Amino acid sequence: MIEARNLNLWYGDFHAIKNINMTIEKNKVTAFIGPSGCGKSTFLRAINRMHEVIEGARVEGEILLEGENIYGPDRDPVTVRQQVGMVFQKPNPFPTMSIYDNVAAGLRINGFKDKKKLDEIVERCLTQAGLWNEVKDRLHKNAMGLSGGQQQRLCIARTLAVEPEVVLMDEPTSALDPISTQRVEELLFELKKKYTIIIVTHNMQQAARVSDYTAFFLLGEMIEFDQTETIFTNPQDKRTEDYITGRFG
Amino acid sequence: METVLENMKKQKVNKLSANLGRRRMFSGFMITLTVISMILALTPLFSILGYVIVKGFSALNLAFFTELPAPPGEAGGGMANGIIGTFTLISLASAIGIPVGLMAGIFLSEYGRNRFGKLVSFLTDIMLGIPSIVIGIVVYALVVLAMGGFSAYAGGIALAFIMIPAVTRTTEEMLKLVPNHIREAGLALGIPKWRVIMLIILPTALRGIITGIMLAIARVSGETAPLLFTAFGNMYWSQSLNEPIASMPVLVFNYAISPYAEWQAQAWAGALTLILIVVVLNVSARLITRKR
Repeated sequence: MIEARNLNLWYGDFHAIKNINMTIEKNKVTAFIGPSGCGKSTFLRAINRMHEVIEGARVEGEILLEGENIYGPDRDPVTVRQQVGMVFQKPNPFPTMSIYDNVAAGLRINGFKDKKKLDEIVERCLTQAGLWNEVKDRLHKNAMGLSGGQQQRLCIARTLAVEPEVVLMDEPTSALDPISTQRVEELLFELKKKYTIIIVTHNMQQAARVSDYTAFFLLGEMIEFDQTETIFTNPQDKRTEDYITGRFG
Repeated sequence: METVLENMKKQKVNKLSANLGRRRMFSGFMITLTVISMILALTPLFSILGYVIVKGFSALNLAFFTELPAPPGEAGGGMANGIIGTFTLISLASAIGIPVGLMAGIFLSEYGRNRFGKLVSFLTDIMLGIPSIVIGIVVYALVVLAMGGFSAYAGGIALAFIMIPAVTRTTEEMLKLVPNHIREAGLALGIPKWRVIMLIILPTALRGIITGIMLAIARVSGETAPLLFTAFGNMYWSQSLNEPIASMPVLVFNYAISPYAEWQAQAWAGALTLILIVVVLNVSARLITRKR
């Protein structure tokens, strides 16, 4: 369970996220929708402190992960990110590494040495990401030889390997073709059994298809947050209705 | 609507074909210009290579690579001490220059997006442009005078001063070419920043960085001016890094301005050897970093 309490985020003087309070359920898929620049990706990044990579970004408020504030004074962003993984918009496998090494990277670089265990983990994660059958015969070939859709599933496998509790996905299918998109979406139904998933998407059909809960963001504020069905069939706020019916955005 | 568009298209096509002859001529003229410029640019390179090979090859023999210089006016002898000396000086310079340059480059690219970083970057640019003889004088004042005499150390330090800004600059440029989303991928896995840099970013940029380092080595291996009053040079085997040491460029310089025909011929052979060393270093760097 993730709980945001009075979360505000600034880029320099720009107030990008305004006082967000929400509770994200465990083992569900939660979708963030909203027009470009509404702060949904920024908020997503704040959940694993990846916004800190951007210069001038600063946060006020709390995000509780299983009751523990990830912005607590003695929390290291490195350990937060091991608990909360992230898949990006553009597939970004490590270009100098093989498929196997990409999946193993997070564990290996942090000192995991047991070769046999690592083999098992790589196979399990690639299977979970629905990629194992396609790559099992070329695990030690360079990852850049894969198609875009395969690369994105490799990135998902790589994220799963460090055993996070939460997986954040920032428009994970916007660079993929429809068939690869469908494969990633199918994957989400499997993954939510083990992980809590938060997905940012520009595609409202996608949000309706894959998510259990949907949050609508506008100009840095969270306008409405409810079960996906409610958001899409019976939104309480006029702005949500305007957005999902395509009147703006 | 369609007819309007088609008309516009037709007019455009007509206009273009009316000028076709003129445009073709102009294109041909410009291409000729670029070919001529290319030939002009390559002429010095080939004349240097050709002349050095022709003049130097006849003085090359086994003794040249294995023997010490002969006394002035006597035939025979070689530049073995200069070859060893040049490799010694390059090793010393690399031992100082590569780590410092690499780390400075990493700092500028990964941590230096602030005022201090910009200052360092600016100073690096200035250092790149400082004439090498100036660096020689400074090292003379700082090292030679302090240590009480010419030495291989002083020569190595002078060459390192020339290498550092070059290595810093290429490392920074190559690291900046690594797309940011690769860094983010590493950080998002919960890998500490320094490990992301060392184990993910650096390997991605390695080919370019090694090429840059090789170019820096090639550049300092031909430097003469800063060695004249640091390593100084000698005519025998150096026993310690604390005494003057011979080097190919300085030997070539001394031989070329000498009045003896044998020495002048050997200066050409020395020049050829120097070119060969640089070529071998470059080719081996390419082989090492060739795409696996």
